Amino acid sequence: MHHLWLIPFFPLAGFLVNGLFGKRLSKGAVGMVAIGSVVLSFLWALKALFGLAPLETAHVERYFTWIQSGSLVIPYELAVDRLTAIMLMVVTGIGSLIHIYATGYMHEEEGFYRFFAYLNLFMFFMLTLVLANNYLLLFVGWEGVGLCSYLLIGFYFLKHSASTAGNKAFIVNRIGDAGYAVAVFLIFLTFGTLDFPKVMEAAKALPVETSAGILTGICLLLLVGATGKSAQVPLYVWLPDAMEGPTPVSALIHAATMVTAGVYMVTRSAALFLHAPIAMETVAWIGLATAVMAATIGITQYDIKKVYAYSTVSQLGYMFLALGVGAFSAGIWHVVTHAFFKALLFLGAGSVIHALHHEQDMRHMGGLRKKIPITFAVLTCAWLAISGVPFTSGWYSKEAILGAVHHHSPLMYWIGVATAAVTAFYVSRSMFMTFWGEYRGHAHPHESPPVMWLPLAALAVLSLAGGALFNVPHILEPMFPQGHGEHDFMLEVIGSSAGLLGIGLAYVMYVANPGLPASIATSLGGVYRLVYNKYYVDEAYDAAVVRPIVNGSRTGLWQFTDVWLIDGMVNGAGSLARWLGGGLRMLQSGNIRAYAAWVVAGAVIFIIAAGAIAGSQGGLR
Amino acid sequence: MPVNFVPPATGEYIRVLPEIVLTIGGTILMVAEGLAGERHRRGMAPLALVFLLLAMGGAVLAGMNPGPAFTNLLIVDGYATFFRLLVLVVGVLSVLISASYLTRENADSADYYSLILFSLCGQSLLASANELIMVFIGLEISSIATYVLAGFLRKDKRNNEAAIKYFLLGSFATAFLLYGVGWIYGVTGTTNLQEIHRFLSSPESTYSPLMVGACAAMLFVGFAFKISAAPFQAWAPDVYQGAPAPVSAFMSAAPKAAAFAVFLRVYSVAFSGLTESWQPILWASALATMVIGNFAALRQNNIKRMLAYSSVANAGYVLVAVVAHTETGVAAAMFYLAAYALMNLGAFAIVTHYVNKGERYVGIDDMAGFARKQPFAAALFTWFLLSMIGVPLTGGFFGKFYIFKSAIDSNLIWLTVLGLLNSAVAAYYYLRVIVVMYFHEPGEAALETASIPGGIRLALIGSAIGVFILGVFPSAVLEFANRSAMLVR
Repeated sequence: MHHLWLIPFFPLAGFLVNGLFGKRLSKGAVGMVAIGSVVLSFLWALKALFGLAPLETAHVERYFTWIQSGSLVIPYELAVDRLTAIMLMVVTGIGSLIHIYATGYMHEEEGFYRFFAYLNLFMFFMLTLVLANNYLLLFVGWEGVGLCSYLLIGFYFLKHSASTAGNKAFIVNRIGDAGYAVAVFLIFLTFGTLDFPKVMEAAKALPVETSAGILTGICLLLLVGATGKSAQVPLYVWLPDAMEGPTPVSALIHAATMVTAGVYMVTRSAALFLHAPIAMETVAWIGLATAVMAATIGITQYDIKKVYAYSTVSQLGYMFLALGVGAFSAGIWHVVTHAFFKALLFLGAGSVIHALHHEQDMRHMGGLRKKIPITFAVLTCAWLAISGVPFTSGWYSKEAILGAVHHHSPLMYWIGVATAAVTAFYVSRSMFMTFWGEYRGHAHPHESPPVMWLPLAALAVLSLAGGALFNVPHILEPMFPQGHGEHDFMLEVIGSSAGLLGIGLAYVMYVANPGLPASIATSLGGVYRLVYNKYYVDEAYDAAVVRPIVNGSRTGLWQFTDVWLIDGMVNGAGSLARWLGGGLRMLQSGNIRAYAAWVVAGAVIFIIAAGAIAGSQGGLR
Repeated sequence: MPVNFVPPATGEYIRVLPEIVLTIGGTILMVAEGLAGERHRRGMAPLALVFLLLAMGGAVLAGMNPGPAFTNLLIVDGYATFFRLLVLVVGVLSVLISASYLTRENADSADYYSLILFSLCGQSLLASANELIMVFIGLEISSIATYVLAGFLRKDKRNNEAAIKYFLLGSFATAFLLYGVGWIYGVTGTTNLQEIHRFLSSPESTYSPLMVGACAAMLFVGFAFKISAAPFQAWAPDVYQGAPAPVSAFMSAAPKAAAFAVFLRVYSVAFSGLTESWQPILWASALATMVIGNFAALRQNNIKRMLAYSSVANAGYVLVAVVAHTETGVAAAMFYLAAYALMNLGAFAIVTHYVNKGERYVGIDDMAGFARKQPFAAALFTWFLLSMIGVPLTGGFFGKFYIFKSAIDSNLIWLTVLGLLNSAVAAYYYLRVIVVMYFHEPGEAALETASIPGGIRLALIGSAIGVFILGVFPSAVLEFANRSAMLVR
């Protein structure tokens, strides 16, 4: 026993302490509890992993039977294999850094303890999600992180846009969760169990489905769940709005951990997907579409957090592309490196926003290079990594993905390369608009305190060196053997130059010729407006889905079902009771004699009925 | 002394330890007050708690020595232990919420606690009764103490009315039961449950099925009254509304659980061969109980009366599991009764505090703004109400889940569908309370409400944790119930 349960337990304890007594504790104490619990869980995870090394096969700990009903037996089991080990390190490691950062960032905010209670609760559910050994326990974590995400997006609940964004995230995720839930039912019907090892074992015994069958159905439904949680086309719309939450939340939940749950879940179900090529192809195309669409939107945004939000959606699309072409380990590698540099981008953006007293519009920034040098330095590291500059962390995982995609389909490869260039372009754009040129705002920028920039420095090192340090495909070799391992030098040159091209183009447009973007936008006209307005997807959903539901609820549900049907039924039941008068009223007259009469009547009826039924079987026996 | 008299072995005394402890404890309490004098009246609740905890220890000890006792009059098995512990837990929670109530009403008295102990003694006997005369005796011990408790505040007219009603109707219904016992003896020549079963299923015995069917129906009248099943539920709303709030809490959980325990045992053991003759009756009764309870609760404005109807409806759900007549059905009923006891006690604990001196604020509207004044208590109340609705993560959810699952397994599709529709209706009246607590401006009652006394607080937290554990880790209790359910036959 390595007491894996302690890993999620520490944050849970932190949640309970801060949630129950946080109001009475000082901010320092709340921060210590929050950070301490996550660091403890990180250390315990490390200790368990060292004890379990080399972890060639999964280590399972069974605690008790959780649910038992007929043939449905679901044990409360936590398991660690190499995939979970990587996720554990990302979640607790980056979680610790972000918790530390947040104590500085949230210091002046109302509801300090509430924030950390939610954050710790999130850690608990996220760790449950990655440690679960069956689909149902994973679902508990899955729903739990969704709940915490909702609570934290709407953290500034007095702000209307924040609570609306929270609701949007919640509702969109329910659509995905419905898909996941149906998939779980189907898995149970098909395999008679929900345990990962047993399901995967059974799936391997089934033939590969060349035409649509039950496995394809299960995988597509799982994919619906993943598109909700990991913000893929068509359910990605909630993630950009989710940036209404505090910046550490954007970094932890909406960039580094929760949104990668879909990637993790699909990887966990790899054996199912490998036997359903149609579903695999769908995963790849959805990922590619998401990557392209979100990257192009990213070019046109002015809110610094929105840029990074679309960037996250786009990078998640990259991960799905990797999964879809069967490069599971490359996808997970990108999860890891993306966690480093995207958390850093968000936290750095938070540092900028903090420095400028809550200014998020990049048009009111500029020239901050000298004013907040540390923030600039660390953000540069993230910038290089996401742009895919050779030997940074992002370069490794991106090249691994593109290499696998090229093997699968050259067309997808070229679209992917173009997207990489666009990615480098919009991130460079945001950097140039923020740090180069003249300062265009009115605030007095100040550097953030060490408690904020120290975690940033750690992430900066990881963003640069993380890819070389953690060779994920090598770690995952026992689970996902690499079929086409040879590196194609040509592909790497093409991929790297795409990134550098994007940076160069952005330099030309935003530093060398600052007037150029405006004239290009004017000359593109309709196309620019289409992209700037995010392809009008929100408007389309609003017209096609939201408004019909609202109107339908108003006329159908409210006026018909509620007022007419339910009220009518309730009132009708009332008048029926009155109309029956004698019956129900006498039953409840408060008069003992009447009650006794009912007892007699009931007894007589029952005795006659029972006697008649029993007697009908024959007289004496 | 009969010639073949064998003195009971030590093991047999151990098997009735809880009854022994409760009887001695109740007697000591009555005497202690006289000896200790007026000033120590408030010390009686802790003393009662001590006896209850001892009795629980006794029940566990008895459970570790399973077997029959006193020439097969009683039988101690897992099933009996489950219900003994359940009613004792209800007893502990009831004592916890009663102390501050009695002080507020200037009615501190050891008699109250000794009555609770005596009543529990009867229920403990019912849980382990293996013979119809014992059933009758247990039922009477339990009921007589409860009649007195219902009218405990002698000067309160509502209390008096409740006690008289409960007493007269209760005795009337028990008469049917006793008559049924007499007939059974007449037909089979025995009152022992196993022997009745043996007689009825043996191909050699001759009897009139018509008479046996009528006997089963008469026994049913007595049990149905105690569990407030339709059409014998009429007393429940009046009595729960009139009795002191903590007594209503006690009555709606402990005697009901014990009556279900013996009801299930009698029908699963003695009459298990005659399923066809009593199943249609139970089917109709279960449905009527759910419908009457839920639809009547919709229109109530008195919170105690609403909870009374809700308790009727809940009895209907348990009856669904009885109709299923399988081991999983019995286990589901046991699980549900445990979950129901906890959530109902929790809800009544809030009501006990909230009604204030003289039970002035019993309207649902009086709960207005409660959440603003007492956020913690309101949150727990919400938790209990959500459990009654059957929202996941609560014990109520798994309770309903197991009951309806066992019904489906027994092909009771229609009963399941109608039962689920009923529980949807129920959501309406529970949610109404939550809405009033959270979204209405605080009224007079909310402004007057004092901070929650320690005993009630303890009971609230205890039941809330219990409901949570049953809702998240149901298997522990369910496995025990499943194992015990097998022993009933």
